[in-house]
Amino acid sequence: MTTIDILEETYSALSGNKVRSGLTMLGIIIGIGSVIAMVAIGQGAQSAVASRIQSIGSNLLIVMPGTQRGPGAQVSQGRGSANSLTMADAVALESGLTSTLGIAPSVRVRAQITARGTNTNTDANGVTSAFATVRNFEMEQGSFITDQQDQSLERVAVLGPTTRDDLFGVNADVVGQSIRVKSMEFKIIGVTKAKGGNGFGNQDDEIFIPLSTALRFLSGNQYVNTISISAQDAASMTTVQQEVTDILLARHKISDPTLADFTVLNQADIVATASSITQTFTILLAAVAGISLIVGGIGIMNMMLTTVTERTREIGLRKAIGAKNSDISLQFLCEAVALTFMGGVIGVILGWSISFGISYFGILQTAVSPSSILLAFGVSAVIGIVFGYYPARRAAGLSPIEALRFE
Amino acid sequence: MIEINNVTKTYKTGTLEFQALKGVSFAIENGEFVAIMGPSGSGKSTLMHILGALDTPTSGTYFLDGEDVSTLSDDELADIRKQHIGFVFQSFNLLPRTTVLRNVMLPLIYAGMDKEKRRSLAEVALKASGLGESHFYHLSNQLSGGQIQRVAIARALVNNPSLILADEPTGNLDSNTSEVVLGTFQKLNEKEGHTIVLITHERDIAEHAKRIIFIKDGLIVDDTKTHSRKVIATPS
Repeated sequence: MTTIDILEETYSALSGNKVRSGLTMLGIIIGIGSVIAMVAIGQGAQSAVASRIQSIGSNLLIVMPGTQRGPGAQVSQGRGSANSLTMADAVALESGLTSTLGIAPSVRVRAQITARGTNTNTDANGVTSAFATVRNFEMEQGSFITDQQDQSLERVAVLGPTTRDDLFGVNADVVGQSIRVKSMEFKIIGVTKAKGGNGFGNQDDEIFIPLSTALRFLSGNQYVNTISISAQDAASMTTVQQEVTDILLARHKISDPTLADFTVLNQADIVATASSITQTFTILLAAVAGISLIVGGIGIMNMMLTTVTERTREIGLRKAIGAKNSDISLQFLCEAVALTFMGGVIGVILGWSISFGISYFGILQTAVSPSSILLAFGVSAVIGIVFGYYPARRAAGLSPIEALRFE
Repeated sequence: MIEINNVTKTYKTGTLEFQALKGVSFAIENGEFVAIMGPSGSGKSTLMHILGALDTPTSGTYFLDGEDVSTLSDDELADIRKQHIGFVFQSFNLLPRTTVLRNVMLPLIYAGMDKEKRRSLAEVALKASGLGESHFYHLSNQLSGGQIQRVAIARALVNNPSLILADEPTGNLDSNTSEVVLGTFQKLNEKEGHTIVLITHERDIAEHAKRIIFIKDGLIVDDTKTHSRKVIATPS
């Protein structure tokens, strides 16, 4: 019996009962399709979350002040409220740290901002030129604040795109116009590119002014709210974090690290946590899909067993005219594998279409990974062989005499 | 050439033993048309299974074309059936929803013959069994009982077997179609020289053969030439 003969027999057996073959395949189609779609959705979510977090800056460490607590006072003002970080701390870090790409101290003041008949309430950030590189800000119009402008206490401002839209209208050309912050006039020199929101607030709804200007005219002291530090690479982040902690503890004269009056947030930790969460969801989704794959496989075994019983006489006849046991078992195994194979191909197409549809309609940027296709295909082949083997063996083991007599 | 020597067959169910054949011996020359006749339970089915290499005897020997079949394994028996034996069953056993031609070619698929040859042999066999070319592509469930049995006969013929075994081939047919089928057997025997063994419980049917072996309770009680043989005139 040649391969072509076996394939022809398989085709004629499966096409002889199209409805049943189709329904059996449906189990595998749904199983494989959902495994691929679910894994694609999971991985899409994972990369979406990771890229959102990366958008606040790469290899970023953020130093924030600790909790405000007066001597003996029990009332906490909350984390980040203390005035424990100063410009001097930032300068000390700048000289003390070795493997950094930039250090950007900043102060944040909530302010009412007005411009020709409109006004909005948003954050005014006092920043240095390093802030743009450390926090991954790109310019849509004009340029960012320079060191020169910072040193000479110039009244210039860079707007976030949302703030620009609120004050001047969507996509207005605003460079050269001016705004008023706390009755001081600031000249607009640029607008940043939109970044989208993240866990740390909307980065598009804020304005930037030179740090020294902010300290002098808005906050009136030398305290900063955050110091953003960009490490050289992902590998050096832990070292830099340790160095920052050591330098600040020494400067603030604190010996017990648990009593530190500042916090160092490590972006890598946030990314890792977020991706471990999404990974858990990917596994959960894949497990649910995997169960439906197994159910599909059992459907195939069920159908093949019914077929063997139904075709007992045919098996008897085939044996009577000279089919060996191996011919019979091969034929039934081929039928099962053909069903899972076709189901697998259609399932891959289905899964791909689902994830393409999800990307196309902008719900989530999904990523179909070749490994999930390979896995799904491998699983369907294994299911075909495993769940087809038992019925095939049963068919082959029938005695021709008994099989021919079967009613 | 078939030679059966002192063949016995014992079935065991648990501790119960049942001897279906109690020592049967006979020989059938090439080109004979023999009816094996007996009431139900006489052992004729068991004998047919052994003759058809579907089963092996408990003791005794069975030579088919000089080869001892009585001691072969399952796969070797399958080879014997493939090369030497053609079966015609009472219940036809055609593949459902399959064309006539494909049904007849089925034994040749297992014999590993190439497609062209399969097709031409199947067409020859169908013509020999008296089925017109117009039926070749009909599905097996679109045929009448007589046509179905002739397809089955063509399937038995197609591998040019040394022995055609027909197990109650007219059992499911009315008397007119029975005559046609028996006439086909007679023609195949006379004109093409096929060796045919017909198993039946009806004397009327058995008398179409040239020789009748009568079996009862697992033993041969009579083995003679047919006295008043019925010959069906077939339009050649």
